[in-house]
Amino acid sequence: MHKPFAVEAIALNKHVISSDSRLDILTNLSLEVPQGERLAIVGSSGSGKSTLLSLLAGLDTPGSGKVLINGENISNQDEDGRAAVRGKHMGFVFQSFQLLPALTALENVMLPLQLAGRRDAPALALAALTKVGLAQRLAHYPKQLSGGEQQRVAIARAFAPNPAILFADEPTGNLDAVTGHNIIELLFALNAEAGTTLILVTHDMALAQRCQRILKLQDGQLVNDEQSGLISL
Amino acid sequence: MMAFSLAWRQLRSQWAAGEVRVLLVALILAVTATTSVGFFTDRIQSSLQSQGNLLLGADLVISADHALAAKYRTEAMRRQLKTIQTLEFPSMVVNGDSSQLAEIKAVEAGFPLRGDLTVSQQLHGAGSIAKGIPAAGKVWIEPRLANLLSLKPGDTIEVGEANFTVDAILQREPSRGGDMFSIAPRLMMNVADVPATKLIQFGSRVRYQLLVAADRESIADFSAWAKPQLARGERLEDISSARPEMKSALEKAQQFLGLSAMVGVILAMVAMFLASLPYVQKSLDTYALMRCFGAPKQLIVRILLWQTLLLALVGSVIGCLLGFFAQQGLAVLAGKLFLEKLPEPSLVPAVAGLLAGFATMLAVVWPHLLRLSEVPALRILRRDLGDSDTANWTSFIPAVVVLAALVLWQAGNIKLAGAALLTLSVLILVTGLLALYAGKLLSRLPTGSIGAWKLGLAGLKRRPLMATAQVVGISLGLMALILLALVRGDLLQNWQSSLPADAPNRFVINIQPTQIQGVKEFFTEVGITNAEVFPMVRGRLVAVNHQPLNTKQYQDERSQRLAEREFNLSWAADMQSDNQLESGKWWQPGEHGKPMLSLEKGLAESLQLKLGDTLTYDIAGTRLDLPITSLRKVEWDTMRANFFAVTPPGVLDEFAASYITSFHLPLGKEETLNQLIRRFSNLTVIDVAALMQQVRGIMTKMTYAVEYVFGFSLLAGLAVLYAALVATREERVREATLLRVLGASRLQVTLAILAEFFCIGLIAAVVASLAANAMAYYVSVHLLSIPYRFNVQLSLLALLLSVLMVPLAAWLGIRGFLNQSPRALLQSI
Repeated sequence: MHKPFAVEAIALNKHVISSDSRLDILTNLSLEVPQGERLAIVGSSGSGKSTLLSLLAGLDTPGSGKVLINGENISNQDEDGRAAVRGKHMGFVFQSFQLLPALTALENVMLPLQLAGRRDAPALALAALTKVGLAQRLAHYPKQLSGGEQQRVAIARAFAPNPAILFADEPTGNLDAVTGHNIIELLFALNAEAGTTLILVTHDMALAQRCQRILKLQDGQLVNDEQSGLISL
Repeated sequence: MMAFSLAWRQLRSQWAAGEVRVLLVALILAVTATTSVGFFTDRIQSSLQSQGNLLLGADLVISADHALAAKYRTEAMRRQLKTIQTLEFPSMVVNGDSSQLAEIKAVEAGFPLRGDLTVSQQLHGAGSIAKGIPAAGKVWIEPRLANLLSLKPGDTIEVGEANFTVDAILQREPSRGGDMFSIAPRLMMNVADVPATKLIQFGSRVRYQLLVAADRESIADFSAWAKPQLARGERLEDISSARPEMKSALEKAQQFLGLSAMVGVILAMVAMFLASLPYVQKSLDTYALMRCFGAPKQLIVRILLWQTLLLALVGSVIGCLLGFFAQQGLAVLAGKLFLEKLPEPSLVPAVAGLLAGFATMLAVVWPHLLRLSEVPALRILRRDLGDSDTANWTSFIPAVVVLAALVLWQAGNIKLAGAALLTLSVLILVTGLLALYAGKLLSRLPTGSIGAWKLGLAGLKRRPLMATAQVVGISLGLMALILLALVRGDLLQNWQSSLPADAPNRFVINIQPTQIQGVKEFFTEVGITNAEVFPMVRGRLVAVNHQPLNTKQYQDERSQRLAEREFNLSWAADMQSDNQLESGKWWQPGEHGKPMLSLEKGLAESLQLKLGDTLTYDIAGTRLDLPITSLRKVEWDTMRANFFAVTPPGVLDEFAASYITSFHLPLGKEETLNQLIRRFSNLTVIDVAALMQQVRGIMTKMTYAVEYVFGFSLLAGLAVLYAALVATREERVREATLLRVLGASRLQVTLAILAEFFCIGLIAAVVASLAANAMAYYVSVHLLSIPYRFNVQLSLLALLLSVLMVPLAAWLGIRGFLNQSPRALLQSI
């Protein structure tokens, strides 16, 4: 039997109405992401890449069209239904890290595991933080960590539940070049190890080149869908 | 279980990070304020009540003009209440050739149940507290009786058919009360000696009393049982019915304490609501992230509920404990002032505090926390989603319901609670509209030049909802403080002026017309200047509008008694200065001699009489018709001689009148009275100094109570102001940082903050002053029945303090951030 795509978008439309005009953010966009693929979505600011990411991850609903995760339509599900799908299949890495300032590094990594009802949350979180090289900083709060360290905690948090799909939104956007480079190395290494489907939103073409496929968005439409020349593992 | 563990973990972490602290502090302050007011009010009220009961000699008295049925005592004993029976009757006391009418009181061992008797071996000077009651065959007599009959301890007297030895001089008897103008001097004997006197026979005027004492609840239960049992001529007395002048002071104090407690509740709830705003705001990201990671809404609701309950538990318990210790400290202080121990606090305020803490948390904070379960996961990417503007008015309904219930409970009075809630609603509406309208006005400001001032004012329009909540919060806090300050001032002033230090403490009655000149001269000789002499003619009311008076028509016993007793009619050309004309007209000089009558308003109401009614009095067998031409309000608690019924001069000339005077006798001048009695032996002097001392003592204690409770409400008010300032601090720091990054100087940023809070303080103070004055007027005039004076100084002071302190406090709150470098700030936000 044909194995379903990890992520499939069919004829997605998204617009916003502001005071007197209608602004189309995504127009009739379709795409398929096979299991285990590393996909980069690139485009300039305002091209709709973050909106596309939010629709694919079920953080938002399309005006029309649908999104399938592992063959399951999430666009007709309510917020709780989509949350359950996210909890089961997805991990996230954000540009602004999105660590909870009130929780320690360990507690931040434990959070999605606890939400999934995993009894072994502390052990898994510890293992994930060890993998990203932060075994010594477990009890530190985000404010006590550098930007690079915070993003490593976020990566540990994303990989700890072993998700099928990882969404990364400009993961190096808030970091300097050297730190950003290190973070990307870590992200790709873990991704390769776990065989996760990676959907990476970035405006950094060099970074995008490291993915298997690059989708270019312009004014809410796909203008280019190409296999990347550089395939590195 | 996961929800609980997540809730606990988050609370713990948020505690470390600080967001939850403000909310918890507000809750603790709220519960502390309400329970300490509750504890203290509870104890003060018990203390005041027992103080008052000292005047009665018991907690409850059943009295009758016939021997009381045994059922009352049997039932009281069955309920294990302390009881004592006493008898009172008038009788002549004979010493050799002289005799004097005395008021005999026969008591059982154990009398009095409340308070003490003071006895001495000499006529004047301090005595000591009596142990027990007069032994069989012995009596204790009042100094006046000793004076009149030239008696000293050891002498023998005759009462009825028995002889007694004077054992001691009775200096002070707590239960001495009744109609002070007909009081004969007291003689106290053992009830076992009564039969030997053979004075109690059929038709004798004897007052039988059953004195009962126990804790408040048992007394209330017994009272409820006894009331329906009362037969004709039997009545139930407690402090309020026994001493009307105490009743009014006691009621006013209780109402003020109720008002303070109520204000405390309102303030507490406002403080918690304001404190929950930054907590909710700061928690938005957490729950958005949890939604993003797959948390179902139900789980978030459960986490929030656990957090609410945990906070309520911790806050309420700590609040109750602090409240208990706070009032304990007060009680120690108050104990020294009160000179006696306060009764132990009951558990009620603690339970009430816990319940109030949970109820407030669930009603005020929970509906707003619940909004967190609606936060979309997309907020992770779009930070504007889920912000506080999505608040909807239905989330305030539980808070309004709980507020109304708590206010009603604390006020203990529907009218007061209604007035408070109405004022509150109007205040919120007006301040809300003003704050919003101010925002609209500001939005029309030209956006060209950006001075610090304009920048600050723009802060108001950038945060219309938060600014409105802030203005309403500050306004409420201020209103409560101004209101309590206003009412407290009026109440204390009213008490002080009602019993000045030179208030009359002696009455002299039975002055004959021929003696007036002599008595006046005597007063001048001894330096008593303030003694006015009033005529008094005794008459019985026999008909109203020419219909014979039927006292049975009156429902309540008090009206019946008033109608049955003899009135002291008086006449005067001018109205007494402490009387107030309520309706009708006072007579002109040309109307002297015409049949007219001015009646005391309370009496007219009790007897259902109105202006224009004609009253017929029987005065020594002659009937006299007098139409009511005016109604007066009389301040009975001034202790001056006052009359229910007054006519113009010349109306009562043909009737035999005696005269009465009242004056202030300074301490240590008691000998003067002996001289007076020696010169005019028929005069009767009534000493109310001891009674006044007691009344004054109780008023002083009530003053302290009022001051203490006021202090606690002040704390609650400050909590509100603090919560209101903290509510937007986070956002303000962020803005200030950005402004500084963009090149604004520290001075510009400071001025912007000061300008914004100047406006907030100004709007809040103006509305608060108006609302507080309106409410204070209502409370003073309609509830406490004390005159209201618009207090311009206090309102101006509040205005000044508000426009100075609110900006200052806001600036102090974020000053620390202004001193950091913009880079450090950027990293921290």
